[in-house]
Amino acid sequence: MNNIFVYLEIEDGIVGDVSLELLTKGRSLADQLNCKLEAIAAGYQLDSVGKQVFPFGVDTLYLADDKRMAPYTSLPHTSLLVNLFKEQKPQIALMGATSIGRDLGPRVSSALFSGLTADCTSLEIGSYEDKKAGKTYENLLYQIRPAFGGNIVATIVNPDCRPQMATVREGVMKKEIKDANYKGETKKLDVSKYVSDTDFVIEVIERHMEKSKVDLKSAPIIVAGGYGVGSPENFKLLYELADVLGGEVGASRAAVDSGLADHERQIGQTGTTVRPKLYIACGISGQIQHIAGMQESSMIISINNDPNAPINTIADYVITGTVEEVIPKMIKYYKKNSK
Amino acid sequence: MSFNIVVLAKQVPDTRNVGKDAMKADGTVNRAALPAIFNPEDLNALEQALRLKEKIEGATVSILTMGPARAAEIIRESLYRGADNGYVLSGREFAGSDTLATSYALSCAIRKMGKVDLIVCGRQAIDGDTAQVGPQVAEKLGLPQITYAEEIQDVKDGKITVKRRLERGVEVVKGSLPMVVTVNGSAAPCRPRHAKLTIKYKRAATPSEQQEKGADYGNLYSACSYLNINEWGASDIEHDAQWLGLTGSPTKVKQIESVVFTAKESKRLSTADNEIEDLMKELIANHTIG
Repeated sequence: MNNIFVYLEIEDGIVGDVSLELLTKGRSLADQLNCKLEAIAAGYQLDSVGKQVFPFGVDTLYLADDKRMAPYTSLPHTSLLVNLFKEQKPQIALMGATSIGRDLGPRVSSALFSGLTADCTSLEIGSYEDKKAGKTYENLLYQIRPAFGGNIVATIVNPDCRPQMATVREGVMKKEIKDANYKGETKKLDVSKYVSDTDFVIEVIERHMEKSKVDLKSAPIIVAGGYGVGSPENFKLLYELADVLGGEVGASRAAVDSGLADHERQIGQTGTTVRPKLYIACGISGQIQHIAGMQESSMIISINNDPNAPINTIADYVITGTVEEVIPKMIKYYKKNSK
Repeated sequence: MSFNIVVLAKQVPDTRNVGKDAMKADGTVNRAALPAIFNPEDLNALEQALRLKEKIEGATVSILTMGPARAAEIIRESLYRGADNGYVLSGREFAGSDTLATSYALSCAIRKMGKVDLIVCGRQAIDGDTAQVGPQVAEKLGLPQITYAEEIQDVKDGKITVKRRLERGVEVVKGSLPMVVTVNGSAAPCRPRHAKLTIKYKRAATPSEQQEKGADYGNLYSACSYLNINEWGASDIEHDAQWLGLTGSPTKVKQIESVVFTAKESKRLSTADNEIEDLMKELIANHTIG
């Protein structure tokens, strides 16, 4: 009772990274609160889920294995969570800020009248004083998220309602195995006890899911372009540099919006959060939304012809110049000096 | 046969074009410096509704917005583009609402609107980016939902077929009406204002706006009923006060900080060959690259 629950996203029997990242975070929160970490998997043929998630420190894994539970549709998964939460009374429930988590989370929170905070960038445990009511709450979940286009960061709490619910985007939390031999317990749920036949009202007629072609999260080097790159031809230079250095190409929202790069390459609050060894920002001015998604890079090089671009303040190296001038030189001198 | 579509829309501060004066010195948002606009994805939702109106005989499109009295602007904007009528839900009782209290108020207003076949809204609003209100309204009304819609492909025999755009693919789903559909920014953009409609609805106003204008327009609003934008307060909808506004909001804001990044001491380089070469040598030497 009163444990931490993580909803697992599963595609083709594989637990999504976003869920493993949440388990990692959930484990450390559970240790702080001295409670258990529990996970719920809903879908079909879930036999391998246990061995995927137990190493992340899951104490109890609930399996709702039923052909009708895959692919995901809103109402059956909502009913499962609502009824399981009524029974198990978790204090915290976490899910990915994905098209599934953001479809499911609000529905569950509305049914349980529990607050939900979307797209948290940080989760912490702390106390809260309600001065008006003269009440202090201990061990609440601080749900920290940007708002107003990234210009402010708000800390949200749910003092009275449980579970305290939050969604987190993929890549925001780190994924870390706790113990390869961690032993948890599996509980199989009788789906018909939680989900009613009338919940299966949406029929999935067609479904095309693609594996992401771009893996920004695990790229050690990212060459990212902004609106300042200017043209598709110049953007090709970024691909060349990334290729030579063994990295991946990212982009700012402005570059994506203007069609210079695909959405899946977007870095920032509304894209992917990255922490590469080296981040080369090309023609990126450095909107708060972008910086929030890459500031933890170990080393940042900014190439910009505006010496006062905001991103320069967080860069280790600032090269004042244009992309078409600087990148070919970087390629040339990398080739010359590397063995 | 009537077919009633309700579009949920929100007037939002334009957070995409935040200037330097958007934040006050004390770290709070300077709303006056941010222009109020029609939430972008709600416009995508309006377009989907207007397309259905063209296809389905007897279909009507009503706009429902909750916000301050000036939110009537987005109702007029919708009328100019082809909507039939609008409702502004406004009042002190709604102040401090989080997404759940907002959804409750909207669901009470929708119930009062009578028979509704389809509710469409934008996936999310740019001031909060939560994407919660659509699904929460659906749950409060006991309706199914289809989120992340890119195109409503068909409405036939009480069923709706929708193409969804997800992060890693597309899905086509079908379900029974009534239904709540939330529309993605990747959907077709909203049509521009229609010149004739813009002239027709130019003076459309809520009762409080009509009062402000005074008697200048004589009996215009009683003569032309289509110019009346409905204005509802809490007393106009059937509700339980404990679910409205601050008391109906389980989430509380503990703290707000403006975002400040710690500046590093940067090394400044020019584009001179020797400086770039030294940089690359250094990156190779410290194993950052290579």
